[in-house]
Amino acid sequence: MTVKQLSVFVENRAGRLSAVTRLLGDSGIDIRAVGIADTKDFGILRLIVNDPDKALAALRKAGCSVTCTNVLAICISDKPGGLAAAMETLYKDNISVEYMYSATISKEDGTAYLILRVDDNDSAARALTEGGFRVIPQQELAKL
Amino acid sequence: MSRFWNEKIECMSREEMKKLQDERLAAQVKHVFENVPYYRKLMEEKGLTPDDVRSTEDLHKLPFLTKADLRDAYPYGLLAKPLSDCVRIQSTSGTTGKRVVAFYTQNDIDIWEDCCARAIVAAGGTNEDVCQVCYGYGLFTGGPGLNGGSHKVGCLTLPMSSGNTERQIQFMRDLGSTILCCTPSYAAYIGETLHEMGYGPEDIKLKAGIFGAEPWTEEMRREIEKLLGIKAYDIYGLTEISGPGVSFECEEQTGMHINEDHFIAEIIDPDTGEVLPEGTKGELVFTSITKEAFPLLRYRTRDICVLSREKCSCGRTLVKMTKPMGRTDDMLIIKGVNVFPSQIESVLMKMSNATPNYQIVVDRTGNTDTFEIKVEISDDMFSDTIKSVTDLEKKISGDIHSILGIRAKILLVEPKSIPRSEGKAVRVIDNRKLV
Repeated sequence: MTVKQLSVFVENRAGRLSAVTRLLGDSGIDIRAVGIADTKDFGILRLIVNDPDKALAALRKAGCSVTCTNVLAICISDKPGGLAAAMETLYKDNISVEYMYSATISKEDGTAYLILRVDDNDSAARALTEGGFRVIPQQELAKL
Repeated sequence: MSRFWNEKIECMSREEMKKLQDERLAAQVKHVFENVPYYRKLMEEKGLTPDDVRSTEDLHKLPFLTKADLRDAYPYGLLAKPLSDCVRIQSTSGTTGKRVVAFYTQNDIDIWEDCCARAIVAAGGTNEDVCQVCYGYGLFTGGPGLNGGSHKVGCLTLPMSSGNTERQIQFMRDLGSTILCCTPSYAAYIGETLHEMGYGPEDIKLKAGIFGAEPWTEEMRREIEKLLGIKAYDIYGLTEISGPGVSFECEEQTGMHINEDHFIAEIIDPDTGEVLPEGTKGELVFTSITKEAFPLLRYRTRDICVLSREKCSCGRTLVKMTKPMGRTDDMLIIKGVNVFPSQIESVLMKMSNATPNYQIVVDRTGNTDTFEIKVEISDDMFSDTIKSVTDLEKKISGDIHSILGIRAKILLVEPKSIPRSEGKAVRVIDNRKLV
């Protein structure tokens, strides 16, 4: 039920983000969602891509420090309260969200995709499915 | 009171001093040969017996001792007296893997304190003085050494140890301290704090300072002298040989007089071990000729300096050494603490499957050393959260602190971002320009 997220350690200095993203572009990697957590000295660039294994290989080859984490990708309604409904579902089951960021928004069918890092993937996936949310598997994400 | 603590010795003619050294050296070699199997073996490997060393001319025949020997022989291997005759242990700046413990009989302590007394008197100290000792007390030799010397001279002694600078200044003002003993960087810090508190040299009674245990420049000396309104004297020593007071500065401030009646100094070529003529730059080697419990013969200090027998205006005939101009090994002195890159490495080894590349960056802001360690992060050292990285920084910083006793700023950097020369990472960047 989970999707692979790549986390890249990047120093806070000019040109680093451009170098990492250019590298992915040149390797033919399509970025599905991206988020960055930053501090004074460094940041962690979090990426959801169409082909995580290929992206991981390319980043490692270029000497980047990368770790791979399983996260959830879910589909919510793109309307006021859509995100709140998903959060309430998790809260009811006592699941903590460590961080999240949004992926693509589809104008056609009025849905938005959200990347969630929770403390317990299995319970969260179960709670969200039971709550009527769609959890997107890796294969589907690649095709988006 | 006299300008000398022991005029007879400090102003002794070269011939008399040589005679004294010859006698003491011959007796010491015999003592070591008979009581230290570790050194006896080194001598036997060279086919030497005590009969081969009758005077200082024979000194060059003896094998060297290095820090590695002290480590191998840890803790009792170089002890020359039964423990029942020993009264004290001191140790170098609390380091794992590089620990050195030195033993002292009461007589050793007396001689050590006597050497410190010479330094205090050379800085103008008498029994009328109030001597504030803010070197660390404990295993570190700084506090105990100067404390003992101050007692011998008869100064009113303030055993303050380091830290709590405002209280230092309050005591200095309330009790009228006239002599300050500490590291030069702490002296500068006290001076700066004094001014921040709205005081100046006219608000204190200090006249002299005896500063050592870390490298410092002439500029820093002038600055401290100005900040505190004093004359600043250098002092040199090492735990292996006794502690501070192996050599000390006089009012001429042109090098440190070595207490030659206790320590014979040689300058050698660090590569060949060959003794170099006076006035040549090389590695300083000491032989303790009066130490009973822990007598080291031909101990290589790794400090680079020059010896000079030029006549000194103070009247002392004791040979003078320059401030150490560098090291033959990779040891750094940061905030008065001996730091070996290998110690940093031992901490980092535990953080990852492969030892990460790192770089030590030392600088000086104002008169305080800054100590930063850049560490190249690898995949197994972090996860997807910021906390995983900051926890790692804290862990490294905590482990470094527990080994060295000083804090380093840890900066995690991307792989391959530390510059390499000929494929090898440059381990140390020292921007302090101390020499």
